Amino acid sequence: MSFADWISEPTNWVFIVIGIVVLFSGFRVVTAKNVVHAALFLVGALAGTAGLFLLLSAEFVAWVLVLVYIGAVIVLFLFGIMITRAPTGLDEGLDSQSKALPALMSLILFGLLAWSSVTAFGSTEVVSVGEPTSTEVIGDSLLGRFVIPFEVVSFVLLAALIGGITVARRDLTPLEEEERAAV
Amino acid sequence: MVVTQFLILASALFAMGVYGLLVRRNIVLILLSVELMLNAVNINLIAFESVLRTADATGQIFAIFIITVAAAEVGIGLAIVLMIFRNRKSANVDDLNLMRW
Repeated sequence: MSFADWISEPTNWVFIVIGIVVLFSGFRVVTAKNVVHAALFLVGALAGTAGLFLLLSAEFVAWVLVLVYIGAVIVLFLFGIMITRAPTGLDEGLDSQSKALPALMSLILFGLLAWSSVTAFGSTEVVSVGEPTSTEVIGDSLLGRFVIPFEVVSFVLLAALIGGITVARRDLTPLEEEERAAV
Repeated sequence: MVVTQFLILASALFAMGVYGLLVRRNIVLILLSVELMLNAVNINLIAFESVLRTADATGQIFAIFIITVAAAEVGIGLAIVLMIFRNRKSANVDDLNLMRW
């Protein structure tokens, strides 16, 4: 497929716009000097990803991503940032000194992954937009073929809930325990 | 749309996550980079699903599982960060040298 054919599809224009948003936000997540800005740029990257999912006609997963990530995980991250650093301004000590080697390594990784996906899949077409996977299908397979993994994942969430409470809880010092016992 | 464009975008996002993981020193920012990498994997799963179009939407189900596990990971991770910050007054990985030889 030539580039002229590729660019003449309207969905690819949407893809280019979303892709630029995702790549820019992702780049800012790992380079921003302000911690809160990094977390907020992650919102951009995730919203763009949700847009890509809509483009790939995975509507349910797109809205799950918006609800769970943008709605809950980012709020959790902002809480973590606010609790662990009182001054949320610029911070030069945020990154380690040696950046060239990690940059080179991730460039090589990107080249390797991109090269292997191009050689392996070339111009395999995705099924076009307009025929979304219905939530009915997802619900059927979640409670049908994938019911055991589904239950395991719900157990993982329960364990994470209890574990999170246990880890983050502040234990009383012996003195405080005595005071509490006296009352 | 070809599947390769999504795969290349996802690998770029994954490489950025690896870069952030290696460069950042704040634990919360390292967790943010991990989220970026998980997100890239989700893009891959959804792209392959829309090529194969399996009868029971396997790729999308796996993406949902990854989102769930990532949410659990963030909860536990931030609880641990909170505990470390309470004990060491710092969220910087360079300060956590107790078990370093």
